[in-house]
Amino acid sequence: MIRFDSVSKAYPGTTRPALNSVSLEILKGEFVFLVGASGSGKSSFLRLILREETPTKGAIHVLGQHLNSLPNRKVPYFRRNLGVVFQDFRLLPNKTVFDNVAFTLQVIGKSRGFIQEAVPDALKMVGLAGKSNRYPHELSGGEQQRVAIARAVVNKPAILLADEPTGNLDPATSAGIMTLLERINLSGTTVLMATHDAGIVDQMKRRVIELITGQIVRDERQGGYQTQAVPVQQGFGSFTSEVAP
Amino acid sequence: MRLGLILGEAGNGLRRNVSMVISVILVTFISLTFVGAAILLQMQIGQMKGYWYDRAQVAVYMCTDVDDTGNCSQAEATKTQIDAVEALLNSPTLKPYIDKYEYETHEQAYQNFQDQLSGSPIASLVTPDVLNESFRVNLKNPDDADVLIESLSGQAGVQDVQDQRGYLDQIFSVLNAASATAIGIAALMLIAAVLLIATTIRLSAFSRRRELGIMRLVGASNRFIQTPFVLEGVFASVIGSVLAGVAIVGIVQFFVQGVLVQTLGTTTTLVGLGDALTVVPILIVVGALLAAASASVAISRYLKV
Repeated sequence: MIRFDSVSKAYPGTTRPALNSVSLEILKGEFVFLVGASGSGKSSFLRLILREETPTKGAIHVLGQHLNSLPNRKVPYFRRNLGVVFQDFRLLPNKTVFDNVAFTLQVIGKSRGFIQEAVPDALKMVGLAGKSNRYPHELSGGEQQRVAIARAVVNKPAILLADEPTGNLDPATSAGIMTLLERINLSGTTVLMATHDAGIVDQMKRRVIELITGQIVRDERQGGYQTQAVPVQQGFGSFTSEVAP
Repeated sequence: MRLGLILGEAGNGLRRNVSMVISVILVTFISLTFVGAAILLQMQIGQMKGYWYDRAQVAVYMCTDVDDTGNCSQAEATKTQIDAVEALLNSPTLKPYIDKYEYETHEQAYQNFQDQLSGSPIASLVTPDVLNESFRVNLKNPDDADVLIESLSGQAGVQDVQDQRGYLDQIFSVLNAASATAIGIAALMLIAAVLLIATTIRLSAFSRRRELGIMRLVGASNRFIQTPFVLEGVFASVIGSVLAGVAIVGIVQFFVQGVLVQTLGTTTTLVGLGDALTVVPILIVVGALLAAASASVAISRYLKV
């Protein structure tokens, strides 16, 4: 579903690459946490999957597409298979909840009939069925994130990328969001979530990929936020001290 | 559905940016008015050339007994000298260049002079014998006048050989200068218009960068993202072009056909409403294309995937 083959990404003007020879594979239906300090390469990782960036070295395959050679004009059509959620929600303030979700479908040319069916379904799924005429500023943070999630999944994407979706939310609200993401995952969508939230990672017991300075130092089934078992990948001499709190 | 959405987006952009849109309209209006004026001036020059060059002749003036310029020595050209010139005009060297020629006698010259200057005090002072007799030569190609001038200037009894187009060239150079000025101003104004359209579109895109970001994220095609902005630019610019077209038609209708025709009378032909109406679509197409091009370039920065 997502495969990285020794992918490196260096931004122009920097000596240290944001990602350094990263190889991994994420399968259909997995729920994966991406953890690591700020600047460890999580965002670059997500941007590479979205094809907002292209790798400096190595090959990336997502949904059977070889992203290195995907022409720019085909990128929009590729992105229609991905859903994305951000820490800051990124809702349109002058559109209602319904219109925010419908906007996604409108701009990719879905019919009015399809939108009238799909949007209420998505809003019901995230638990906002009664609030479709509200504006984002009338909603709580958790509700706004639910709108953002509805928007991300309304087109039934195969992969959902979440960049610290609970970063702005309190623990109780975060738990609600996680339940929602878990439900989306159970329906077959692969979920890849970058997070700093130790509590959530420890509690969910899902696959954890840890990045330090652009390298994978841990890829653990049913892992926690901090390593509790012997790391699967060894040879990165400095990681144990860096991982320590 | 999509068309409605695209038009709606374009309409939103126009509404949010009213003052910039008005400035785009005005700048396009003025620049294209100059473009139109330049085109009309060129049309005018073309028409005058067509009109006058057909009538312009090479005049071979024969001596009178008051001339001492050219090959004259205050003696009337003799019949032999006149026949010699006529023989040259009919010779195989010159004949191929000549369409037709006629001989103007003292009396005909006097008659033409009186016709042209009737009412002027000078008309009464002139007697037939001081006006040159002349061959009026129409050339097949007016550009060959030099051949005639070279062959005939040296002939005995010839006072002067003149290409009448020389008089017209001065008028044309003035008109050409005016036309070049109009083109220069038009070019500067068009640069201003293009930059202003680009700036307006960038502003519009900047104020909608959230939408644009989300559109790119969810996979809206570049064409879909781009079209409302291009339409915005084209809409403003086409309004300006139409205004410029109206101005051009107005200038021709009220100034050229109204004032100039009165002043100049029938001395020359002037551009008419038909010419103005051919310029209008040119202006609209130029305006639309420029706006579309500059808007597409301006928005391309927001389309990088």
